[in-house]
Amino acid sequence: METITGAEIVVRCLAEEGVEYVFGYPGGAVLNIYDELFKQDKVKHVLVRHEQGAAHAADGYSRSSHRTGVCLVTSGPGVTNAVTGIATAYMDSIPMVVITGQVPTHAIGQDAFQECDTVGITRPCVKHNFLVKDVKDLATTIRKAFYLAATGRPGPVLVDIPKDVTQAKTEYHYPKTVAMRSYNPVTKGHAGQIKKAVQLLLEAKRPMVYAGGGVILNNASAQLTRLVRLLGFPCTTTLMGLGGFPATDPQFTGMPGMHGTYETNMAMQSCDVLLAIGARFDDRVIGNPQHFFRADRKIVHVDIDPSSISKRVKVDVPIVGYVGDVLDEMLRILESSPQRPDAQALKAWWAEIKEWQRRECLKYDKSSDKIKPQAVIEALYAETKGEAFVTSDVGQHQMWAAQYYKFDKPRRWINSGGLGTMGFGLPAAMGVQLANPDATVACVTGEASFQMCLQELSTCKQYHIPVKVVNLNNRYMGMVRQWQEFFYGNRYAESYMDALPDFVKLAEAYGHVGMRIEKPGDVEGALKEAFKLKERLVFLDFITDQTENVFPMVPGGKGLTEMILAEEL
Amino acid sequence: MRHILSILVENEAGALSRISGLFSARGYNIESLTVAPTEDVTMSRMTIVTTGSDDVIEQITKQLNKLVDVVKVVDLTEGNHIERELMLVKVRAAGKDRDEMKRLADIFRGRILDVTDKSYTIELTGTGSKLDAFLTAIEPGVILETVRTGASGIGRGERILRV
Repeated sequence: METITGAEIVVRCLAEEGVEYVFGYPGGAVLNIYDELFKQDKVKHVLVRHEQGAAHAADGYSRSSHRTGVCLVTSGPGVTNAVTGIATAYMDSIPMVVITGQVPTHAIGQDAFQECDTVGITRPCVKHNFLVKDVKDLATTIRKAFYLAATGRPGPVLVDIPKDVTQAKTEYHYPKTVAMRSYNPVTKGHAGQIKKAVQLLLEAKRPMVYAGGGVILNNASAQLTRLVRLLGFPCTTTLMGLGGFPATDPQFTGMPGMHGTYETNMAMQSCDVLLAIGARFDDRVIGNPQHFFRADRKIVHVDIDPSSISKRVKVDVPIVGYVGDVLDEMLRILESSPQRPDAQALKAWWAEIKEWQRRECLKYDKSSDKIKPQAVIEALYAETKGEAFVTSDVGQHQMWAAQYYKFDKPRRWINSGGLGTMGFGLPAAMGVQLANPDATVACVTGEASFQMCLQELSTCKQYHIPVKVVNLNNRYMGMVRQWQEFFYGNRYAESYMDALPDFVKLAEAYGHVGMRIEKPGDVEGALKEAFKLKERLVFLDFITDQTENVFPMVPGGKGLTEMILAEEL
Repeated sequence: MRHILSILVENEAGALSRISGLFSARGYNIESLTVAPTEDVTMSRMTIVTTGSDDVIEQITKQLNKLVDVVKVVDLTEGNHIERELMLVKVRAAGKDRDEMKRLADIFRGRILDVTDKSYTIELTGTGSKLDAFLTAIEPGVILETVRTGASGIGRGERILRV
């Protein structure tokens, strides 16, 4: 049988997995692989300008398409640069395969040029990683990596390949399936537990549905939407779950947590049955767990990861399994049962929620002569008819985008929720646009976040990626400034973005279109003009009100109902 | 509460660091950790002695199970089990102490493995607390060196940990 090199095996395996794009950056240890990429045209390569961008782009590609993102970087600094992107994907359970070059096996441990302990450095931020020392194991290892990344609780998997392994030859055989005795995630929820959960839901007087990123990852939004509508319950989705249930549905109460709506936080706290689906009771979602605890509230928790259950909050009915399968089973039981929730009680509960909604916690000053960041997001929503894919960076702009852009569909809202990585937005948007070439993609960012990965403007130029960058420029690291205003006596330590570039010229320098918008009256027109330029990347620099804060806010360590509201200041 | 976890892991390079890394990353205690291959050379068996509330132990078990290299995890302390640890202790044994040390080693069913005119090296096997008891029974001043393996454990009767 014919023998081929390790490098060729890598590329053939990627083609076999149906990989459309590899996001990467070449270097000494991966040159053999790049040479093989050069010789074929099945797998396309996207050259980023920094390895962090490669990981974020692969991540954005995956989040917006439900396919596994792939990135390829060289040894040493190539890997260390990618670590932030890998950790970002890990925290949000994004399926990703990272292929890294390594120094030749005989040089490992010799402090060779561009050597680092890749498997050691990335171990805590990957689902699993491999060092391939024998070319005979290469194909099977890559197959395992794709299998691990996408099944169970998804996550990034790294394959470290020494340079001599990419040169060595062996017979090529790509296994169709892999079995691993040590990896058998429970995927089907326990039937008895599901029955118990449904009974609890049917008997609830003050129910609340709390859905997280798991619903999106497992493509279960259709089932969630059916269940919530069938039961008539109020529903919230976390930052990671936005779009998992339509935001324009009257049963949607807004996001929970630190910057969640008043009505959702009140309902989360005072409901009698809480159905948590693919969510993990994050500190930003439930606030102080002691305050959140209530002995008379029953909690049903559905999650693919057993370690997410009873980690931060004790639950009454744990169900381990794919959320989609569990929701299917719940629907099956409900639809064949004549029993329905107590309509009287539900009516009273909704009346209470409506009372909370009358606080209008997301209200802001619309008559200001400065551009309000919230208004920019609302205008973006209107201009894109709610159909855009929106990526964001991290900070105030992220929260405003999450609060004011109403996502009706899953996989449209792409942000770094767990790790909170500034610099995520632009490279992620590249991946989103490549996965969805005809879609409208906007990157909502701030002038601080944007500068962390702005080199990718060059990548966007090279590959004609017409993302619209919506920069909410308040000349501050806004969220840091907000905390300093609230909790540090207005001492704005190092949160002012001094010596900012002229973003219009910056965009132009990279061959893009730049626009600066300084008056509220110009917001709509500018967006209209920008989105007309379908083939171009447009950087919209909105000069916004410097003092605007994100409300409501649950201060760190406080209880969920101890919110600061805009009207109280 | 003290727990003894028995873990079957794939005999892969790095499996130990994945497990010890998990404990340090999540702030769990390791009192002792032993590991060696089993009769099936593709697998190693690890015994970890740890302490924590029930919630913490539940999380440790779940997190261990989540590691891709981990095949099986059992908390031995949940049922009847046997626990043994080996200790080698070198003590000063000269003059009047020499006979006394021999007697004490006998009482604890220890074996003297090595003798010089000034010292004994004693081998002692038992539960961790028995080894502790021996060390408290002898004068602290005469201990020259100790080395302990950490606990190993196995279920009693029909309780078997295998794939």
